[in-house]
Amino acid sequence: MTLFSRLTLPPHWRPSLLLALACVGLPAAAQPPTFEDTMAQRMVACTACHGNQGRAAPDGYYPRLAGKPAGYLYNQLLHFRDGRRTYRLMTQMVDPLSDAYLLEIAEHFAAMDVPYPAPAKAQATPQELQRGEQLALHGDAARRLPACVACHGAALTGVQPATPGLLGLPRDYLNAQLGAWRTGQRKAHAPDCMADIAQRLDIRDIAAVSAWLSTQRLPANTHAVAPGAAPLPLQCGSAMPPKGGRP
Amino acid sequence: MSRIALRAFAVLLLIGVAVVAWLAWPAQPIAVPPATVAADLRDPNTIERGRYLSVLGNCQACHTPRGGEPFAGGYALPTPFGTVYGSNLTPSESGLGPWSADDFWRAMHHGQGPDGRWLNPAFPYNNTTQVTREDSDALYAYFRSLPPVDTPVPPHDIRWPYNTQLALKAWRTLYFKAGPEEPPTSAARAPEMLRGAYLVNGLGHCSACHVPRDALGGQGDMLGLSGGLIPMQRWYAPSLLDPAEAGLQDWSVDEIVALFKDGRARDALVSGPMAEVVQHSTQHWAPADLRAMASYLQQLPKPPASRSENPPAADGRALSVGGKRYEQHCAQCHGNQGEGITSQGATAYPALAGNRAVTMASPANLVQIVLNGGFGPATEGHPRPFGMPPFVLQLNDQELADVLTYVRTQWGNQAPPVSALDVQQLRGPLGR
Repeated sequence: MTLFSRLTLPPHWRPSLLLALACVGLPAAAQPPTFEDTMAQRMVACTACHGNQGRAAPDGYYPRLAGKPAGYLYNQLLHFRDGRRTYRLMTQMVDPLSDAYLLEIAEHFAAMDVPYPAPAKAQATPQELQRGEQLALHGDAARRLPACVACHGAALTGVQPATPGLLGLPRDYLNAQLGAWRTGQRKAHAPDCMADIAQRLDIRDIAAVSAWLSTQRLPANTHAVAPGAAPLPLQCGSAMPPKGGRP
Repeated sequence: MSRIALRAFAVLLLIGVAVVAWLAWPAQPIAVPPATVAADLRDPNTIERGRYLSVLGNCQACHTPRGGEPFAGGYALPTPFGTVYGSNLTPSESGLGPWSADDFWRAMHHGQGPDGRWLNPAFPYNNTTQVTREDSDALYAYFRSLPPVDTPVPPHDIRWPYNTQLALKAWRTLYFKAGPEEPPTSAARAPEMLRGAYLVNGLGHCSACHVPRDALGGQGDMLGLSGGLIPMQRWYAPSLLDPAEAGLQDWSVDEIVALFKDGRARDALVSGPMAEVVQHSTQHWAPADLRAMASYLQQLPKPPASRSENPPAADGRALSVGGKRYEQHCAQCHGNQGEGITSQGATAYPALAGNRAVTMASPANLVQIVLNGGFGPATEGHPRPFGMPPFVLQLNDQELADVLTYVRTQWGNQAPPVSALDVQQLRGPLGR
């Protein structure tokens, strides 16, 4: 018997649960010392896991929100609400909120311009790192794998309005996302370019590219850049502003 | 064995066989009289009224899957007997396409499908049976106007014997009471009160959650509102009769209306399943309907004996440890004295002192709120709610029990302590 409900956990979420549990306790919600009627105050439910100002929790699983393009963050909130991404806590957080408020939340965290942590120390072989660099910067034409830089910006800091940067993220998080995309547990607006790409990657590719990305230092300009003139190598439903206009 | 005993046994056996045979007899579709006023199913006004009625009934909650096409069915509703999938209400082949308005009325009024099969009572037909034929026809007209969607809906995944027609007939024999054929009228009750009762008992289907249920998921009075644990969700739908729970007898009609319109009134915020109801249904109700419902709820009779016995005292350890945790995790927003925080004259973080959600006998909702945190519904009157962090990954059962025991016994609150076992049961095996 399946016992799905919004408050129970389907078995296929267990890996992410284990990852979440593996994090040794969440940091206490870093709250402002006194109450102020601000967005930051409204968002303590988010920053409890995603870190003060959305800088990410030091334990690695809950990703940084600060400075990601607002369109990307907004899309993710919609994905959680509409079942294209599945993490029970996130889904029930966004469920009761309006599109307008979700957009305001996305813009709030997108506007956080705060420093990134130092990159992780490499836990990979030089060959693995080299393979990762190759995939990230050049792709693999024989397997129709575009380079990460083709869509995520030459410096991998993201592209406005809705393509995220790939640096400053923990390797566990990158592995989990690429894995979820590969198995169909994470989806985006159709046409779902990242699903196509992740399905062409094998486990070793994912390990290599996550190892390389997670060990790169951010450039001086960490901001997402304006879209370039060159067409994207794939059709991406999520690279465009979501339905309804803004952002 | 004496001859008399043998005879008695034979008679009992015969009666037993007769009852089973009656239950198992294939049902014919119940004959429904044609509508007295034939509805024009293509009239835009009828369709629009049907759309509004579907909002009153929050039909999409169970008939639209997450992120899916409106009313295309397939939403999985867990029950203690298995998973029920909301049916497709669009006019496609697998939806309402082959149904007539009479068929739709038969399902609403009698809980029976066009082929005579008894419907699963996860569809709250004890409530929909109260809906008038005119409203049923308008709903039907609206669903017929939707774009047809033919996404397959999985069959119900219910355990034997609950999945049998025999069990469903037994259930309805025990618990189902058909509503009136004609809209109720009464010289003794104001039209607004009649409308309120119609909304609460009919499309609003408040009792679907607020009725206490027995092991078979029923109760003698399926329109009762004395409160019950919602199966599987582990939220408690509080009594709408008892002022110590969610009874509204001491509220003004305006305050009640605000609660359903904005999701926030006085020092109360709706949360959990009720937040969904406000978000998808009541915030969109017409003002007159909100007032009618509020007036009706306000005059519900209080139960004869409200809870008044002295609760068992909490032990000193729980209070001391719970107090420290409160200071660490809760006081920042809910105040050192449980006074909460108001901003611009309205509740930002609710007070816990004197809060009925805190002091209700059942700790279920408190446990869910602290485990999951979250936001109240974003409504027109309260568009940017403040959020509460989840503590599910932070507090174990004992720690949660201690802090809840603390808030239930401080600042004048006098509620029974919460044990780690209570929390464990409410958290459930998959509750994280």
